[in-house]
Amino acid sequence: MIEIKNISKWFGEFQVLTDVDETVARGQKVVICGPSGSGKSTLLRCINGLEPYQKGEIRVGGVSLNDPKTNLYKLRERIGMVFQRFELYPHMTVLRNISLAPMKVRKQSRQAAEKKAMELLERVGIPDKAGAYPANLSGGQQQRVAIARALAMEPECMMFDEPTSALDPEMIQEVLEVMIGLAKEGMTMLVVTHEMGFAREVADEIIFMDAGRIVERGRGDEFFKNPKSQRTKDFLGQILK
Amino acid sequence: MFDAVLNNLPYLLAGFLTNLQLAACALAGGLFLGALVGLGRISQRPWVYHPVTLYVNLLRNIPLILVIFWFYFVMPILVGRNLDPLVSAAASFVVFEATYFGEIFRAGFQSISKDLVSAAYSTGLTYRQTAAYILVPIAFRRMLPSLITQSIITFQDTSLAYVIGLQELVRRTTIVDSLEVRSVQLYSFVAILFFVICFIGSRISLHYEEKSRKAKVL
Repeated sequence: MIEIKNISKWFGEFQVLTDVDETVARGQKVVICGPSGSGKSTLLRCINGLEPYQKGEIRVGGVSLNDPKTNLYKLRERIGMVFQRFELYPHMTVLRNISLAPMKVRKQSRQAAEKKAMELLERVGIPDKAGAYPANLSGGQQQRVAIARALAMEPECMMFDEPTSALDPEMIQEVLEVMIGLAKEGMTMLVVTHEMGFAREVADEIIFMDAGRIVERGRGDEFFKNPKSQRTKDFLGQILK
Repeated sequence: MFDAVLNNLPYLLAGFLTNLQLAACALAGGLFLGALVGLGRISQRPWVYHPVTLYVNLLRNIPLILVIFWFYFVMPILVGRNLDPLVSAAASFVVFEATYFGEIFRAGFQSISKDLVSAAYSTGLTYRQTAAYILVPIAFRRMLPSLITQSIITFQDTSLAYVIGLQELVRRTTIVDSLEVRSVQLYSFVAILFFVICFIGSRISLHYEEKSRKAKVL
């Protein structure tokens, strides 16, 4: 589904990604962790064509992002993305937030798009908030709307960029439950998170990044039990305290 | 006391209607072009950014009255026929005010987080769709008080169009005054009319400022 081959990226002089290599098969769940500034979010942004990279190649569903003929807009329809700070459209109701892209990009009728939006709101557990504005929702509710908005385009893969790190502790669980539900339905997922309980439960593979490199990768439990590098051990030590 | 005004009231008010028409054209065109100018001013593309920036800097450093003259005298040469003063004035106002509205929109666009734009793109929306449904509406709402203030200034400035012979309120007042010689009451009347409209406008602006501060919707 997603093939990343030796990606390197610089912001000016500063190298943010160094030879990152990773393949995510359809249905696979990959969790990326690591200290802040390690390039995790940048990697997700590169995969969605939101940031350019200078070296290497990324292919999504066989389509290369390097090819100047690739329509990035079309490509992005296939990957849903969820952000740390929700990023809902503040001037639109919840229903409109979710139905906008299906209506404008897929040219669905308002009726069809809103019907689908309501189904998604049921799925994330807040159908009663359809008419509300984002500012009137809690963080957890906003993030669930953001997930519904991404799902409305029926993506083949979902990327989450620290979806719970801006949330109060009591709201983290409600968002994680939605994500676990998605994982169980077989969605391909790429998740940047420090929620190690979530990682343990759903991840097929866990990647540890530091200073723009993949330092270590492992399958679920093995990663936590026997981290190989000292850097990973230190990090896990801090996070699992 | 206001005899000269009352005797010529329909004539004067018809002139004021011209001010309102001109302001309406200037605002509609200026806001639309201003939104595009604002987008141009945050563009990553040099061939968009530089010409737009040049245009903004040029027009903002020229007095409006010169722009009005310039349009009135230069456009006929370019177009090949004389322009109606109202059309000419409306065009010069749109071109001039768009630079001011453009800078207000630019500030509004820059207040929108990069991730919000990314979120829109990540659902497959194109640049145009993102601009039309996300960027412009949010910037418009956030900058509404500034936009209203600039609109009031625009409205006051419509009286400048008298220099090219547009039959607006000030122009007509000078005509009436030359016949009736009642300068004090005539110009007081003009001042009152402008004051009332602009004062209402500034109250509306305050109202929106208050409202958006309380609601914290944006």
